[in-house]
Amino acid sequence: MTKRRVVVTGLGTINPLGNSVSDTWNRLLKGESGIDYITTFDTSNLPVTFAGEVKNFDGNDYLGKQHARKMDRSSHLSIFATEQALIDSGINLEERLGSNVGIVFGTGIGGIGATEEAVRTYDSRGPSRINPLAITQLMPNSSIGQVAIRFGVEGPSLTITTACAASANAIGEAKNLIERGVVDTVIAGGVESGTTPMTIGAFAQIRALSTQNENPKLACKPFDKERDGFVMAEGSTVLVLEEEQHAIKRNAKIYGYVSGYGSTTDAYHITAPAEGGIGAVRAMEKALLDAEISIQQVDYINTHGTSTPANDLNETKAIKSLFGEYSKNLTLSSTKSMTGHLLGGAGAFEAMVSILSIRDNKIAPTINLNNFDDQCDLNYTPNSSIELNTEIVMSNSFGFGGHNAVLVITKT
Amino acid sequence: MEVNDVFEKVKSLFVDELGIDESKISMEAKLEEDLEIDSLGIVEVVMAFEDEFGIEIDDDELADVKTVGEAVNLLHSKI
Repeated sequence: MTKRRVVVTGLGTINPLGNSVSDTWNRLLKGESGIDYITTFDTSNLPVTFAGEVKNFDGNDYLGKQHARKMDRSSHLSIFATEQALIDSGINLEERLGSNVGIVFGTGIGGIGATEEAVRTYDSRGPSRINPLAITQLMPNSSIGQVAIRFGVEGPSLTITTACAASANAIGEAKNLIERGVVDTVIAGGVESGTTPMTIGAFAQIRALSTQNENPKLACKPFDKERDGFVMAEGSTVLVLEEEQHAIKRNAKIYGYVSGYGSTTDAYHITAPAEGGIGAVRAMEKALLDAEISIQQVDYINTHGTSTPANDLNETKAIKSLFGEYSKNLTLSSTKSMTGHLLGGAGAFEAMVSILSIRDNKIAPTINLNNFDDQCDLNYTPNSSIELNTEIVMSNSFGFGGHNAVLVITKT
Repeated sequence: MEVNDVFEKVKSLFVDELGIDESKISMEAKLEEDLEIDSLGIVEVVMAFEDEFGIEIDDDELADVKTVGEAVNLLHSKI
């Protein structure tokens, strides 16, 4: 029996750079930053005053107030990105999608904004005034529940919470569902909307965030010697994944293939990467093995590249350890330099970037990379996009908890 | 407060707080079928009524309330 292969037939996104795939991709290629001062709450008592917020989007306008107010913003973003992806894939939205369609999403912290709001109400007005919709807004699986209701998705539904690896895991597990023949189509993606007061404060407490408040657009500088932490961002990105023959039969546009998936755990420390990135090395190795691809065939790595001192160093070490001499020939970049860190939504966003790199043979840069760090000495595509014949891309995602998820995306 | 005043207050609560389309709201409108207020929504409605009118409503008092008019009459009797 021939292996069931998984193709990408639709893309949708809403993120700090744009509210469509084309706007986002154009801005990535121009090296623009979507990061700015936080506008949605008062930051005067916080050590970090900037983030990557979604702009020009009001859930009430999009869904109508009566529906929108029942959901956390993370669900608004998820529905928006999913609708775009389904339209892009040419799937008929007039009918319920039914039981041959599944949904797998990743999120780090779900409806954290709703959680914060409910706790504030509890403290100020007591338990009898807690919003009765709080639970259904804050649960991490709320987004997939709402998306499923909206589009009639009746196949399997899973929410994966492996922090910043979550939506790369989601795409990998969606791939598994299709390969095993459970369903022919999976809506695979991720979402995060944690640019909220307590969450920014808490991430700042563990010194994970950049505190370069004086110029937000320059703060995120992966692999640069002056990097000092990541930048929180919000957004949702969705890929429609389909079994190859299923897509061909309905004449769907095929962007490329999700060919490899590797998933490992450091089992070392709850935030710090294992020494030398050994868990990451194994995940990359497994993803290549799954895709039946050798290291010399990889054209581009969309790195995890968070701009924290530890990640960028360990990821570089991990890549050098696996790819050896060939690592000098690799093209790498971190698009987080422009979006900030979409946390549980990052893996799906970066899988989308990988697919678009293959479609257009263009690599989006790592911006703000000006000061050479002698321990980060690979080719990270500094500051300007390049043209590169791109057939095979690796996308790395690593999460607090020690989770490593790696995808291999291919043209054929 | 007259029944009609209560109705007007209920109507503005539904429109402003719950985002319900004003044109759907009448004394005869059914909460669930016409206004799409589900079981979770009813708890919200009760909280909004309690805050607006400074009263307390027990869950069993609501058991027979199916329309806007029935809600208005219950509120009117408690104010």
